[in-house]
Amino acid sequence: MNTEDVSRRLFLMRSLTGVSSAWLALRLPEIVAAQEHAHHAAQSAAPTKFEFLTPEQAAEVEAIAAQIIPTDDTPGAREARVIYFIDRALTTFDKDKQQQYVKGLKELQSKQKKVFKNSTKFSDLSPEQQIKVLKAFEKNPFFETVRVHTIMGFFADPSYGGNYDKVGWKLIGFNDDFYFKPPFGYYDREYKETQ
Amino acid sequence: MNGQQPKFDNQSQVDFVVIGAGAAGGVIAKELSTAGFQVVVLEQGPYLKEKDFDHDEIKTLWHGALVNDWKKQPNSFRKTPKAKAKVQPAVLYGRMVGGGTAHFTANYWRFHEIDFIERSKLGSIAGSGFDDWPITYAELEPYYTKAEWELGISGEPGPFDPPRSRPYPLPPLPIKSAGALLTTGARKLGWHPQPAPMAIISQPYRGRSACSHCGFCEGFGCEIKAKSSTLATVIPEAEKTGRCEIRPNSYVRKIETDNAGRVTGVIYFDEKKAEIFQRAKAVVLCANGAETARLLLISKSNLFPNGLANSSGVVGKFLMFNGAGLATGVFEHELNEFKSVAVTRIIHDFYDSDPKRGFYGGGGIDTRFDVYPMGYALGVLPRDTPRWGADYKKALKHYYTRSMFTFGHTTSLPVERNSISLDPEAKDSWGLPAMRVTYKDHPDDLKIIKFFVDRGLELLEAAGATKKWAFPIGEQNFGVHLLGTCRMGNDRKRSVVNKYHRAHDVPNLFICDGSSFVTSGRGQPTCTIQALAYRAADHIARMAKNGEIKSS
Repeated sequence: MNTEDVSRRLFLMRSLTGVSSAWLALRLPEIVAAQEHAHHAAQSAAPTKFEFLTPEQAAEVEAIAAQIIPTDDTPGAREARVIYFIDRALTTFDKDKQQQYVKGLKELQSKQKKVFKNSTKFSDLSPEQQIKVLKAFEKNPFFETVRVHTIMGFFADPSYGGNYDKVGWKLIGFNDDFYFKPPFGYYDREYKETQ
Repeated sequence: MNGQQPKFDNQSQVDFVVIGAGAAGGVIAKELSTAGFQVVVLEQGPYLKEKDFDHDEIKTLWHGALVNDWKKQPNSFRKTPKAKAKVQPAVLYGRMVGGGTAHFTANYWRFHEIDFIERSKLGSIAGSGFDDWPITYAELEPYYTKAEWELGISGEPGPFDPPRSRPYPLPPLPIKSAGALLTTGARKLGWHPQPAPMAIISQPYRGRSACSHCGFCEGFGCEIKAKSSTLATVIPEAEKTGRCEIRPNSYVRKIETDNAGRVTGVIYFDEKKAEIFQRAKAVVLCANGAETARLLLISKSNLFPNGLANSSGVVGKFLMFNGAGLATGVFEHELNEFKSVAVTRIIHDFYDSDPKRGFYGGGGIDTRFDVYPMGYALGVLPRDTPRWGADYKKALKHYYTRSMFTFGHTTSLPVERNSISLDPEAKDSWGLPAMRVTYKDHPDDLKIIKFFVDRGLELLEAAGATKKWAFPIGEQNFGVHLLGTCRMGNDRKRSVVNKYHRAHDVPNLFICDGSSFVTSGRGQPTCTIQALAYRAADHIARMAKNGEIKSS
């Protein structure tokens, strides 16, 4: 075991704070191993460059994704780096959707020109204008594909390139720890107290 | 060679080939090998270990890493025998060493006494092949107990439970918020909640780790062996005997017979699709309630023109899926149901069929919110939620930690036309006929689903839900519980195996898995599949030792 492994192991042990039961002492090696495995996978996610999308296409797709899960007081699809998830999906398990993206972006473009005559790029429109275009476009199968990809990229394991810093999981209150202790929620805590 | 997995020569005749390493096959392989027999287990899926499991929703659920692959093994589906079947996914099962027990939710309910004798108590039901089992609860009870103690089940008996000869080996898992809300609501309604029996260990047991409450039970493999799958329990024990060889990635194409009508062995494709014949004195078929029937139908010969062991014509028939009556409720405070096991409390007040309702059916209720982030965001929000945009995001944020389902697990009647058969056109990647599923719920099956949806809504109301809604009820076209297709019985004209799981037509062929069921139970088949497997293995070993299984 090299130094880095040891320090990561110690970090993980420390990060399981407040837990000192005999149970955990017995189980820790397995939980640490499982958690290390997951965290290692998550580390490999640093985005580099686009493999399939051109920068122009990526900007358009990202603008759509950012309306599907918008940024408000919490991060949205943009901050989750959903676009990197989508690009990776299009070069791996969803290769067969490449042409749908190419064609779909053109269809979006023509829909957009019907709604706003002199506009150029979708990503250059104001958020209100983008919503208006997408409302007219949401029955298009390409929109549904982007919608599903955006949601996947927002909530999938960060190792796929999206859900950066676990912002998707944080939004809904999900936590990917490998170990929890009761009480788990409000009603079982209350239940114990009133038994 | 003790303690090491042997490599048997294909040409040497082993005592048993077991087809399928799942809930039943794993148990039978362990029982027969510890009884001193040589066993080869052929499993179509891979041999994964704990290190191969993770919490990756895309790999495991989206791409289905642990289950059958419809691209390689297409299904076709139709509602009635007159319709032409369309190629579409129709059944889902665990495809790996451990089978469905690796990824199942781990609910582990025994059947009640009534399940085995319902026909005698209630009479016949029009449009169904409703029948008694050839065995009683009392005959199976010792094997339920054996399964619970060997595999490691956590639980505590409830007021409606059948008699048991030993307590559960492990105490129940800690209650969760959905369990607490179920208890509160049920008590208000005068119902009788009880701890859920789970095949997940609440304390260290037989060298395995107790549950760490990570929440990734349903659909996933357990990284710390807390789930009592056959992969984590009996299969390693079978290997330790030195008499059991597990051959993963082995896709069986035919159970071979001789001119005397006895099984001689099994022909299968290995990982490279090379054809191999493994000779055996006897075969135990445990490939699940869908593939078992398909394999028998494929294994036809001059002597068995309608498929092996099918002189009755009922191989593949009486398929039962169970039903699900679902409702969702939202609560003021956080439940955090993503933590720990899916289910901690259940209700069995409506287990029995009550003639006063005017239709047949019964079931049990649990509460849970067993969806992972991606699946939740894609499929589980209230129907009035926008599909994208700022309000969609608000809904995402609100519901995940505050929601629970009420889940009514219900009966399906055995209907003869509901079946597994061979598709006349579609083929799998090995060139074998694809599985064709014919299924249309008996009208009573839909009525009992509705009954449980209504009970669920009452329960949510009583528990104080701020918002609640029911899932729509429709005819089923997809099954994960695969039951009844090689039913047990004393009448060889109306059943496939006898009460010892021996095929009526083939003395050295045994069949034991969900296909053996005569009735469907209340939506939790695994416990009974495994009790049947322990019992079958006991009788098979006895017959083999007494020289009652004559091979070719």
